[in-house]
Amino acid sequence: MPIGTPFHVRTSELCTSLFFKDWAGYHAVCSYDTCHEREYYALRQSAGLIDISPLFKYEVCGKDAAALLSRVTVRDITQLDVNRCSYLCWCDDEGKVLDDGTVMRLAEDRFRVTAAEPTYAWLLAQSRRFDVTIEDSTEKIGTLSLQGPMSRDILKRVCDADLDNLHYFGLTTAKLDDTDVVISRTGYTGDLGFEIWVDREQALPVYDAIAAAGRDYRLHPVGLDAMDITRIEAGYIMNGVDYFSANTCAIESRKSTPYELGLGWTVELDREPFIGQEALRAEKANGSAWAIAGLVYDWKAFEALFNEFGLPPQLPAGAWRSAVPVYDRKGKQVGQGTSGAWSPLLKDNLALASVRSEYADPGTTLEIEVTVEFERRRVPALVTKTPFFDPPRKKALPQ
Amino acid sequence: MMKFKTKPEHSRYDAIVVGGGHNGLTCAAYLAMAGKSVLVLEKRPVIGGAAVSEEIFPGFTYTVCSYVVSLFRPHIMRDLELPRHGLEIIPLEASFSPLPDGNSLCRWGDPNRTRREIARFSARDAETYPQFSMAMSQLARFTKSIIDNPAPNPASLSPGELVQAFRTSEGLRHANADQRYLYLKLLTMSAADFLDEWFESDVLKAPMSVSGIIGTFLGVRSPGTAYVLLHHYMGEIDGAMRAWGFARGGTGGISEAIARSAQSSGAEIVTEAGVANVIIKNGIATGVALANGDEISADTVVSGLDPRRTYLGLIGEENLDDEVIGQIGHYKYRGSSGKVNLAVDRLPEFACRPGDGPHLYGDVAIAPSVRYLEKAYDQAKYGDFSERPYINMVVPTLVDPTMAPPGKHIISCFVQYAPYDIKEGAPNWPERSEAFGDAVVDTLAEYIPNLKETILHRQVLTPWDLEQDYGLTEGNIFHGELSLEQLLYLRPAAGWAKYKTPVRGLWMCSSGTHPGGGIMGASGEMAAKAILRRQAA
Repeated sequence: MPIGTPFHVRTSELCTSLFFKDWAGYHAVCSYDTCHEREYYALRQSAGLIDISPLFKYEVCGKDAAALLSRVTVRDITQLDVNRCSYLCWCDDEGKVLDDGTVMRLAEDRFRVTAAEPTYAWLLAQSRRFDVTIEDSTEKIGTLSLQGPMSRDILKRVCDADLDNLHYFGLTTAKLDDTDVVISRTGYTGDLGFEIWVDREQALPVYDAIAAAGRDYRLHPVGLDAMDITRIEAGYIMNGVDYFSANTCAIESRKSTPYELGLGWTVELDREPFIGQEALRAEKANGSAWAIAGLVYDWKAFEALFNEFGLPPQLPAGAWRSAVPVYDRKGKQVGQGTSGAWSPLLKDNLALASVRSEYADPGTTLEIEVTVEFERRRVPALVTKTPFFDPPRKKALPQ
Repeated sequence: MMKFKTKPEHSRYDAIVVGGGHNGLTCAAYLAMAGKSVLVLEKRPVIGGAAVSEEIFPGFTYTVCSYVVSLFRPHIMRDLELPRHGLEIIPLEASFSPLPDGNSLCRWGDPNRTRREIARFSARDAETYPQFSMAMSQLARFTKSIIDNPAPNPASLSPGELVQAFRTSEGLRHANADQRYLYLKLLTMSAADFLDEWFESDVLKAPMSVSGIIGTFLGVRSPGTAYVLLHHYMGEIDGAMRAWGFARGGTGGISEAIARSAQSSGAEIVTEAGVANVIIKNGIATGVALANGDEISADTVVSGLDPRRTYLGLIGEENLDDEVIGQIGHYKYRGSSGKVNLAVDRLPEFACRPGDGPHLYGDVAIAPSVRYLEKAYDQAKYGDFSERPYINMVVPTLVDPTMAPPGKHIISCFVQYAPYDIKEGAPNWPERSEAFGDAVVDTLAEYIPNLKETILHRQVLTPWDLEQDYGLTEGNIFHGELSLEQLLYLRPAAGWAKYKTPVRGLWMCSSGTHPGGGIMGASGEMAAKAILRRQAA
């Protein structure tokens, strides 16, 4: 039975649809209304407020904290500046990904790690020779994700931080309506946005202050359904959906490496030893077997397929995550689409797929399975560079 | 707001597009994408024609004329990569109809919620409503093949024409007998009569029937108005999800996205460059003469202006034979609508549904009964604007708060009827303008009691203003009525459809060609394709 997040009192009151799901043991709103559409557009046109408190969070502190995190993740965290955040992943000894998440450097010797899966025991196991303390802060900290083009204007109204100079993946401490919070310019929507980290006891006043400031900017509470569409538009992969943590895989072939997941850019190979380094070095030299590909369905073929049955094209109402086979033009299966969504903004049917690396070059035409009238058929889909949607405001400072 | 040069860089282009409305820009973008050197000449300082956003009152960007997107073709969005160039369309979520007695009807995207709403007025209608939607959606597929293909010439037996006729009727192949009968009824009946066959509640029928009269000088009881009901169900079948939407930044945002796409393909856009006439030598268009006397030459000239301005303005009677002049002269404009834009200091609050809420996230129809609508038309027939008009109101700042200062809003009102030919004579509209604006605000205030004290600024556009300032002849928002006798191969005139004109090298791409209509881009696209096909031949 899931429990409530620190914001549950507010979100449950607002969630008139009663559409919740279980996210890591917490009640999480899928959509506040029966349809997530208004929430989706709020994320892209005004702003949305998402309760992401169920994320796993760990405080890693002490003299060797940077060294430990450099040892366990694919990035050299000793090089991460204070008040910066880094997106990365961590692997097992074979270089297979365990999870992806962020590391925030709150002070010289103080870090916060976020993860999709419980990671405390693993961090602890790696920390024996390091002078660090590790604390699971998941339940102590509430996190709100304020995303969308108006998010900065809203947040500026209620906090004293210099948000106009906060860069993408920067972070800052701030007073938000008299409460101490950490604000990071991060998110899972591929848009301008911020995440606000607050002690559980202060969660509700922070929520109320942001909601009140957002009224003039048409801020909406947003659930996971709308966020899921935006993360696909942004080309962000998800643990448990687009790949599986090596910890959970019964068979070797299910595991993935950072290179195979399009996370090669996060891997800093040439430095002090880190977990998975040798395997990743070998893969880098020899090439990867798999790759993540963004797919855009060929609309004309999609429409024609449905018309063959006398039907108008049927679009998925929300994001889907039930994998479907992906083929080459000759009908050989070369991978699988792992999640996808119709993008209302781009007017394109999108998917993220894991395919054999020789089929992953942008411009390659593959075929993806589509079921029409209970028949399994295929339509062409073009391998496209992600993010599919990448507005300049995501990374820009105000002009 | 995008800024453009006011002088062309060259004196010669492959193609010149006259008028930077959304169809002109679309045509230019397709021509440029095909590798042509293209120049767009716009008379005003801003592009977009009637799809324009302007900061009329400081801090408030009005979507001045057109205010929602109806059937903008999704394939054009993809072809021109408009999302990459900034186009964002947000569907209207609800259709809200406040009533004078304090009751109201709201139709939602959520079918069960809609059923409960309608059942308050008629339990039967509540269950018929989804059946009606299904029947219309199926029929809408025929319309799709019609608007996405050039209109075939019914008098021709040439193989090309027959192929086109086949394509246009492709959707009908799947239709059963009942659907074909229904389609015939839609083409011939009035919107009110057609809805009478399905529904009993006036409260439901009135706001549904108005889609048939928008922009025409007809009433909801006039035959031929039922057909447009289909347009409301088109969006579901072409990937737009819903037919009606807001554009981020107002409808000018659409024009700007198309302009950026055209520019990225190499098209040149020049503003404050009115065209005096097309230069015609031996019956062939060789370029244009600007109002300032400059001449620019081109192999192809495309007019984005309406038929009258194209034929009698750009070409000139001296270059046309009498039959064509007669045909163009009979083409009907008869503008029947106006626009009132309000800047307000808070969200409008309806007496019947107080407070903020999703009912405001769509269009609000002041159409309390079929009789109300017909009465509004009666006044127009005799040369008056309606004292109590049909108003279609939207609050675009709800979905795009950047259009006004925080917490403040824009109310955009489409108003019908405001006949171009008022009994005082059209040139006397400026004297009637404020009274017209007052009628609109008074009407709205019957539903939004504190409206008047919240108004910071009011912009009134009469049909005369639409003609004088925005180049819409007689204030017709569609470049000529969308009545059946002016559609398909008859738009703008039999023999001169398919984007051609009697002058070789001069083409038309405006809403005054098939399929016409609102912000669809279809005329611009199909004109460009016709031009490119001709040149390839």
